[in-house]
Amino acid sequence: MTVLGIENVSKSYGDVHSVQGVSLNLNEGERVALLGHNGAGKTTLMRMVLGLTPLTSGRISVLGQPPGTRKARTAIGFLPESVAFHGALTGREQLHHFARLKGVKRAVADDLLERVGLTHAMNRKIRTYSKGMRQRIGLAQALLGKPRLALLDEPTSGLDPISRHEFYDIVDDLAKGGTAVLLSSHALTELESRTDRIAIMSQGHLLANDSLSNLREAARLPIQVRVKATAETADDVAARLGGTRVNGASVALEVQQEGKVSLLGQITGLGDLVKDIDVTPASLEDLYRHYSVPQQEGK
Amino acid sequence: MSTIAIARIELLIARRNMWVFTSLILMGLFSSVLTLAGGAPTGTLGIDPLLIATTSITTLSVYLIPLIGLLLSFDAIAGESERGTLALSLTYPLSRGEILLGKFIAHLMVLGFAVAVGLALTAGLTIWKYGSADLNYLPLLKLFVTSLALGAAFLGIGYTISALAKQTGVASGIVIIVWLICVVLYDLGLLGALVADGGGTFTKSIFPWLLVANPADAFRLINMPTETVSTLATGLGAAGQASGFAPQLASLLLWPVLALSMAWAAFRRVEP
Repeated sequence: MTVLGIENVSKSYGDVHSVQGVSLNLNEGERVALLGHNGAGKTTLMRMVLGLTPLTSGRISVLGQPPGTRKARTAIGFLPESVAFHGALTGREQLHHFARLKGVKRAVADDLLERVGLTHAMNRKIRTYSKGMRQRIGLAQALLGKPRLALLDEPTSGLDPISRHEFYDIVDDLAKGGTAVLLSSHALTELESRTDRIAIMSQGHLLANDSLSNLREAARLPIQVRVKATAETADDVAARLGGTRVNGASVALEVQQEGKVSLLGQITGLGDLVKDIDVTPASLEDLYRHYSVPQQEGK
Repeated sequence: MSTIAIARIELLIARRNMWVFTSLILMGLFSSVLTLAGGAPTGTLGIDPLLIATTSITTLSVYLIPLIGLLLSFDAIAGESERGTLALSLTYPLSRGEILLGKFIAHLMVLGFAVAVGLALTAGLTIWKYGSADLNYLPLLKLFVTSLALGAAFLGIGYTISALAKQTGVASGIVIIVWLICVVLYDLGLLGALVADGGGTFTKSIFPWLLVANPADAFRLINMPTETVSTLATGLGAAGQASGFAPQLASLLLWPVLALSMAWAAFRRVEP
């Protein structure tokens, strides 16, 4: 079932076109990563879904409702970029307040404080919190009332690697419960295994919107293969496989997906000459550059 | 429900930020001092000592209540917008009207609490000094109710400025200017016009209405009913009372409604 429908949406501020003709759908339980440079239009798009910023043209529906309506807002959990709270309140008071606004029991808020690992600090004033702790309160409030759609804007900025891992566990649980999750991030490596679909925005346009494997296939970026030999045999190996010698004892090769298996067979055929092999498919970072850079250079 | 939730959190914040404490000390201290010192020049002349006290407190409240009202409200929208807390609040299922109303209820309660404590001190001290016989408590009650109305008007004005200014720094500057105009410059201007007019049409038919149009002046006129006291206090008494009680009351009741409507209209246009 479609939770979020974005159809041909544009937003202009005078001559500045922040978002141009973007269409994107999110289904129940889907995790979609929205990638883009600063100023690519990700936050503007999210604000339009929330009803905070009016659309210049196009249509957005949240569970069939226009953005900003009470029904649409009840269905959404939102974590803003660099989330802020009133420093004079404790974490627990702040979350209880949001629970009241969403019509959720306060016991649920307390459970969420535990889920995001803040129980120990819940009675301290928020002004004493670290950025990561504020981010956790932000995540907890976004989870209140089991939202059907979660919008998370740069959710892992300010979190340490362990916390990031815990954060994605929570996102996975959320998606398993049927929530559609749209999250934007700069930290590309952490997204690779944690999302179902990648959407790439640049200068207001949506340039890609597909699963990671499909994007890889479409981009036809070569797979990097590195064969480790010895200092004596590296030249021989390079000659036989047709790669270039690097770092004295290794040979670097590039191959397309369809040539991968035959190349690996060839390498295995070299027997004892080969000490080790590393096969690295195009990373999300390579893909992101592939999809977003030509657009930037073209302008 | 959402309005109550907003009012509740705003009250908590006001308590933490010492706003409750500050306004309480301000009103309590001034009320006590004026009650104790206010009776000194009259001695025991038979005039209701509570009337003397309320007259002094009225003169002071004209300055203090608008000030407290504006100080409580100038940050309400601009500050939240600047800190980024407003955008998050607006993604919750509640309307801007509910947010504004919630804040208003909380701030009016802070103000009302401070005024109530101040007036209770006045009553207590008067009884302690003069005994409880022959005291007329009606002026005290009138002072309380009209103080709330005056405070409500300036809270609304403060929210309007806060929504229009969008930055706390700008909003704080504007509220001080507005305060100065409403409680000082407006009267000075009218006084100047009176002197220039020398008892002509302006004095007789326009001035009383201009005076009562300012909620601070309407408040003063209502709480200083006798011309002598009023003239002593302001120098604008005789001509000022020409408008009568009903317009004064109307001004005090309409201003909060008008100011809050303006605030709502301005707040609706804020894009956080």
